[in-house]
Amino acid sequence: MTEPLFLLRGVGYRYPDGRQALVGIDLAVEPGEALALLGANGSGKSTLLKVLDALYFPTEGEAWAFGAPLTERQFRDEAFAYAFRRRVGLLFQDADVQLFSPTVWDEVAFAPLQLGLPKGEVQERVQQALDALGIAALRDRAPYTLSEGEKKKVALASLLSLDPEVWLLDEPTAGLDPRSQGWTIDFLLSLVERGKTLVLATHELELAEVVARRVYVLGEDHRPAASGPPDEVLADEALLLQTNLLHQHRHPHVGWEHRHPHRHGVAHFH
Amino acid sequence: MPGQTSGRPRPLRRGLFRPRRDFVASTLADLTEAVQRSVFAEEFARRNGWLQALDPRVKVLTFLGFLLLCALTHRLEVLAALYALTLVLAALARIPLGFFVQRVWVFIPLFTGLVAVPAIFNWVTPGEPLVTLLHVPSGWTFLPSDLSITAQGLRGAAFLVARVATSVSFAVLLVLTTPWARLLKALAVLRFPTVGILILGMTYRYLFVFLRVVGDLFLARKSRTVGPTPPGEQRRWVADRLGYLAGRSYHLGHEAYLAMVSRGWSGQARLADDFRLGWRDGAWAAFALGVAALVALWEVGGR
Repeated sequence: MTEPLFLLRGVGYRYPDGRQALVGIDLAVEPGEALALLGANGSGKSTLLKVLDALYFPTEGEAWAFGAPLTERQFRDEAFAYAFRRRVGLLFQDADVQLFSPTVWDEVAFAPLQLGLPKGEVQERVQQALDALGIAALRDRAPYTLSEGEKKKVALASLLSLDPEVWLLDEPTAGLDPRSQGWTIDFLLSLVERGKTLVLATHELELAEVVARRVYVLGEDHRPAASGPPDEVLADEALLLQTNLLHQHRHPHVGWEHRHPHRHGVAHFH
Repeated sequence: MPGQTSGRPRPLRRGLFRPRRDFVASTLADLTEAVQRSVFAEEFARRNGWLQALDPRVKVLTFLGFLLLCALTHRLEVLAALYALTLVLAALARIPLGFFVQRVWVFIPLFTGLVAVPAIFNWVTPGEPLVTLLHVPSGWTFLPSDLSITAQGLRGAAFLVARVATSVSFAVLLVLTTPWARLLKALAVLRFPTVGILILGMTYRYLFVFLRVVGDLFLARKSRTVGPTPPGEQRRWVADRLGYLAGRSYHLGHEAYLAMVSRGWSGQARLADDFRLGWRDGAWAAFALGVAALVALWEVGGR
């Protein structure tokens, strides 16, 4: 059996202002796994991704990555920090947060440059990433001039230029139009096919169903609520209602109306 | 309809000379203008002009040289010639001269007027009086009894205004003909502190995010407001939104920092460039050196 890339035991996280974001998280992420973190808004998904990316360190329990503890002390070791940042990339939910450089080219070049790759290789990687995402024409554009879909592509390109082994993705399809959503899902599936490890935070059940091989559900109390294959977990209507992943409302029809649980998420027609 | 008046609707309030514009509308207009001005400036930088085609590194170095000439020269004629050079360069860069001149001179009275105007009088710069404006009875103040405009004072003020106007013209020309990102990168390549450059770049980038947020805030208020609101309430609202924006900018700053750390930021900025020198850069550098030599000869010859 392979050793998990990430191992979290009883992890809790409390913000400096005292708000509890995570409680009792036990989670193992295997190499090459496509895992969806499901939860309602405010359940702690984004915080959990930041713990996995060692941006936040657990205030309770312990987290391990690549066999080493994720602690502030560990990250004072520059060689470890360098190796970790090369292997793990995080896509932020708000593209404006991630796109802090003056131009698209600078943005995509940021990670390879910070991680000390030679300039020639950086230029090659940037060009490859821009070409792969079909945004080479945007290279000199400023991020504020881009559409939301273009921003998301640039944010993905900024990770692709690093080509990390683990992709942590926070609501990758949120706020995108249907075409951009479809394109993003195709891109995520291509990562899975290339053997990358994906941890995807979302409240869109269909996205989890299409991309993930396992789902991990966080409750509104910030505790784990369920874990398992998507078809099993997503079939549990009571669980989904309880964790605020499924809603019910009136469905008016001509002459009558009814009420039943209902999914909202990525539009999907056959 | 009951209560409806015929004809055009009457304005809600009339000022003495013209209707007062609601502060929401004027702030929205200012925000739009700020964005347009920036986009407009970038548009100049992307035009197919002589200066735009130069390598930003060469441009920064040569323009710094011109600024040095402006600061060191002791001759008004040199300043006038350098100012004329900026006009020629603006034309070569396909920048409308009216726009360029206005952009420079709009700031001159503001920044130099306060210093230059007192300096023309004999109370500040003693010298040969040209015009006497006022006679003060002797013994009334410790200052000279007449208030006059002096030749030395006028010359000093003219020097100050010419020096500032020519220097600002070069600076404006550099900024208008170089995309902001490439200008920052050129500064980094020329060993200016990279952290400072990174902060400048991020400030410029997030300025637009916050302009959008502020625009939305004002639009949201406008959509729920009918008629004018009392000035006190407007001030309270602005103060409240300022607090909100401060909190939001702190949050965004923290998240952007995390995004940087996530991609390898360790406190030391590394920037790359794709600059390439061409024949134009060599020709331009030779021209700039020629101008510097000419000015030096002029200065020496005039002594």
